[in-house]
Order: sequence, then C-alpha cells, then structure tokens
Amino acid sequence: MSAKKEGKNPVTIERKSALELVVTRTFDAPARIVFEAWTKSELLKRWWVPKSMGMTLLSSEADVRVGGTYRFVFDLGDSKTMAFHGTYIEVKPYSRLAWTNDEAAEGKYTTTVTFEEKAGKTFLVMSEVHPSEESLKGGLDAAEATHETFAQLDELLITL
Amino acid sequence: MVQHSVARLDTSFAALSDATRRGVLEQLGRADASITELAEKFHMTLTGMKKHVAVLQQAGLVTSEKVGRVRTCRLGARQLEDETAWIERYRQLWTARFDELDKVVEEIKRKEMIDERKKRR
Repeated sequence: MSAKKEGKNPVTIERKSALELVVTRTFDAPARIVFEAWTKSELLKRWWVPKSMGMTLLSSEADVRVGGTYRFVFDLGDSKTMAFHGTYIEVKPYSRLAWTNDEAAEGKYTTTVTFEEKAGKTFLVMSEVHPSEESLKGGLDAAEATHETFAQLDELLITL
Repeated sequence: MVQHSVARLDTSFAALSDATRRGVLEQLGRADASITELAEKFHMTLTGMKKHVAVLQQAGLVTSEKVGRVRTCRLGARQLEDETAWIERYRQLWTARFDELDKVVEEIKRKEMIDERKKRR
C-alpha cells in the first residue's frame, strides 16, 4: 500500500450491534510504543483531549494497572465541570487494555483496546460495549459534553 | 455496518456546519414552516433563508413544496438517518484524538532513536 501524502492512517468505525461500537486505526510504530502512549498518564492526557474538541482538561489521573482508576475532569465553562472516570480491569503489556466507564447515568460500560503488531506497525482495535442503546449514544454525547462543542466541530470541518 | 458514501457525508456535514441551518432543522423538527416564517424566526432576509434551505435540500435534510405562493419546508428523508451524522461525530472525535496520538508516538520513536545512537557511541 502506498503511503498517503498526509501520512494519516484512516479511522474505521463500525456499529457491530445495537450495543457495541468498534473503532480501528493503524499506527506506524511498534505496539510497545503505542501501548506506552495509552498507559502513561502524562502521555495519555496529551492526545485524549484534542484541541479541536474545544474542551479544557482541568485535571487528569490514570493509574494504569488492574484495579487502578482514572479520572479526567473537564471544564465546560460557566464554572461547570464534567468528570470521566472508571477502573482498569485488564492491563496486558503491549497487547490489551480494558477499563470501565462509570460516569454515565445510563449505566457503566466497558472499553477494550487491543494492540496487534505487524511488520513494525500496530493495528489498534477499540471496542465499547454498552448496557443499552441509550448508553451507547449517551457515551458520545458525554464525550461532546455540550452542544457548544458543535462549534468546534465546525472549525474542524473547515480544516478538512 | 454503517456505510455511506463520503461525498454524501461531506454534503451533510457542510450543511450542518452552520448554526442557522442547524437551527432551521431544529425548528422543522417541531413543525413544518414556510420560508417566510423561517426568515422571520431567524431574522434574515428571504434571499438569505432561501440559500440556507437550498443547502439543506441539497443534502437531503429538508424538502420543500410550493403551494400557491407559499413554499413550505419540512424535514427530509435524510433526517431518519441521523445515525449517520451521529457516527460521523464520533469519527471526528476519534480522528482528532488519533492524529494527536500519532504525534505522541512519533515523539517517543524519535527519543528512542536518539537514545540508541547515544548508546552506540
């Protein structure tokens, strides 16, 4: 496969079922490195909150080990904040990571990420399994946090 | 599996990228309305509103019908596919995150290469 000019690998999103959403992406680095970026708190916070989301990260903690917890607190403006938090339930170096997402009113859901290395590249598969369809859609709404972030999406779209 | 042509999504997203047009969709979600009513509601000229409606129509988000002198707008069939838009928002989020992750990964790679060279010396 020839490399694209911009060098960005495409993201695929598949709704596997009413309750499961799967995201994939290839990274041009060994699994060890990609895994590191997901499991070191100071690295994780650098990419988890892209500027284009228009959200300000107030604090972030991630204790990436089985039973360890994470907590990301965002500023929503008007002195409102939102926290994303949960517990790591699987941490298998360089190949597998899973955690619970405990913030949603619709119920907890689980995210599992697998890292598969092939010829120096890493194929990443992220799967979210929700307890209900409301939860599945709610997860995204929570990620967007407010309708105002739609404005940020506008900006992003302009740059596409 | 959700699969739609990129061109169609581009049209929808261009249509949705404007606050007035999103407002028009919200309004039509509550009730059908004429161009005149929409123009008044959004404090715009008729010509301006016609342009917005045309963009929404092109994206299939709105349909309109002229009866006598009045053109009535209602939500188009595409509105039923809001899942597409929803998934696309999700894609935007993860694309943005992963593009940043690329940068972090590249940085680690560079650091390791420098460390390797230092070791060899």
